[in-house]
Amino acid sequence: MPWIDACSTSDIDEEDLIRWDHAGKTFAIYHAPDGAFFATAGLCTHEQVHLCDGLVMGTLIECPKHNGQFDYRTGEAMRAPVCVNLKTFPVKVEGGRVFVEVA
Amino acid sequence: MGRRDYSPFGADARRAVESGLAAAEWYHTDVPRKVMKDLMARSDQPAIRDTIILYASMVLFAGIGIALWPSWWSAPFWLAYGVLYGSASDSRWHECGHGTAFRTPWMNNAVYQIASFMIMRNPATWRWSHARHHSETYLVGRDPEIAVMRPPELAKLILNVFGVIDVIRFIPTLIRNAVSGPTPEEKTFVPESEWGKVRRAAIVHLAIYVATLALAVWMQSILPLMVIGLPRMYGAWHHIMTGLLQHGGLADNVIDHRLNSRTVLMNPISRFIYWNMNYHVEHHMFPMVPYHALPRLHEIMKADLPPPNRSIAEGFAEMWPAIRRQVLNEDYFIRRDLPPTAKPYREDFHQQVPGMMRPAAAE
Repeated sequence: MPWIDACSTSDIDEEDLIRWDHAGKTFAIYHAPDGAFFATAGLCTHEQVHLCDGLVMGTLIECPKHNGQFDYRTGEAMRAPVCVNLKTFPVKVEGGRVFVEVA
Repeated sequence: MGRRDYSPFGADARRAVESGLAAAEWYHTDVPRKVMKDLMARSDQPAIRDTIILYASMVLFAGIGIALWPSWWSAPFWLAYGVLYGSASDSRWHECGHGTAFRTPWMNNAVYQIASFMIMRNPATWRWSHARHHSETYLVGRDPEIAVMRPPELAKLILNVFGVIDVIRFIPTLIRNAVSGPTPEEKTFVPESEWGKVRRAAIVHLAIYVATLALAVWMQSILPLMVIGLPRMYGAWHHIMTGLLQHGGLADNVIDHRLNSRTVLMNPISRFIYWNMNYHVEHHMFPMVPYHALPRLHEIMKADLPPPNRSIAEGFAEMWPAIRRQVLNEDYFIRRDLPPTAKPYREDFHQQVPGMMRPAAAE
């Protein structure tokens, strides 16, 4: 699968995320407190709300609608009302750019 | 629109789904991301302080009430204990259910479980009903937490000031949940993976009530029930009063919380009991903002909201005549003017969908 140039590392504050749309799909790209970057599907698995308006706390993303939480590193659903895990995508950083491998 | 059908299996529920209303995107006031991140930040300190005050006050008031029992001098202390047990537990259930009161998850869960017991709500069932209330606020047939169904039954609303209707509904549901898990209605919003939790919580709650009742029989006194159970009735008035103000008399079947929710400025004691949920438009639009940050959020977004009611009395003066009017005309609702700085109401859905509320219904 190709690596897609998604954004600059400076586009996302530490402990925050942005929405990234590509090929008709929506994704969320995260900048963790330790400086690492991660990518997941952009919509909550509970009611398809965009996660980009949510809150990043450490390694968790909290959905803005119902406060369900996922570990964005693994996609694991951590707090109700989310029960279904979030799809994750490989990420690499090269030359100050964030690349996502979109499967 | 005609007679509303509040059943989750009824015509209004089907129409909300088929029309796209149930899945529509709601209006949100523009708040810069950095400001919202600051508002959403979690903290343990305010909720630890408030929880210590709450539980210490309950122990103190109940202790004095027991010491003075059965004298009438104990009555003021029972009234104070009751409002903390039967009303403050509603806001603690609510805020800890959202997971926003404390930063530390186990603290949210501990207070949520205790508050769920006191307010007589199954902690598993009601977590899901409230999620639906936020997804589909006051959509007829879809929102399981509509406090004032139209046409309003005023006698029931008044009886519920003492928790009568809530408790009458709670007891058979508790027994049914303990015996066989969620009811068919509850299964419409509780996922199957959670049904076991519903049953387990009901068994624990039922066991506590049976033990309390047995103690009362053994002591030949209602004193144990004055501490556990009855305060849900004699102390319910405050959460009913504030709860009715949340959406009472306003629009249903809309996708703009400024049309169906009410912000009311209140005195500090009511705000402590209610944990700032008087900022209700703000809470519904941004449920990730903790209760202690809602006054700041209100200041930031008030230019986009209808002016808040300035007191509980003013809120009731607006709401109660509208509820009475809905007895005869269930399509009536209050439509409040927005300030010139606000974006217009999002009314696209209910102007276009046949059978949905029409603004012409307001007068």
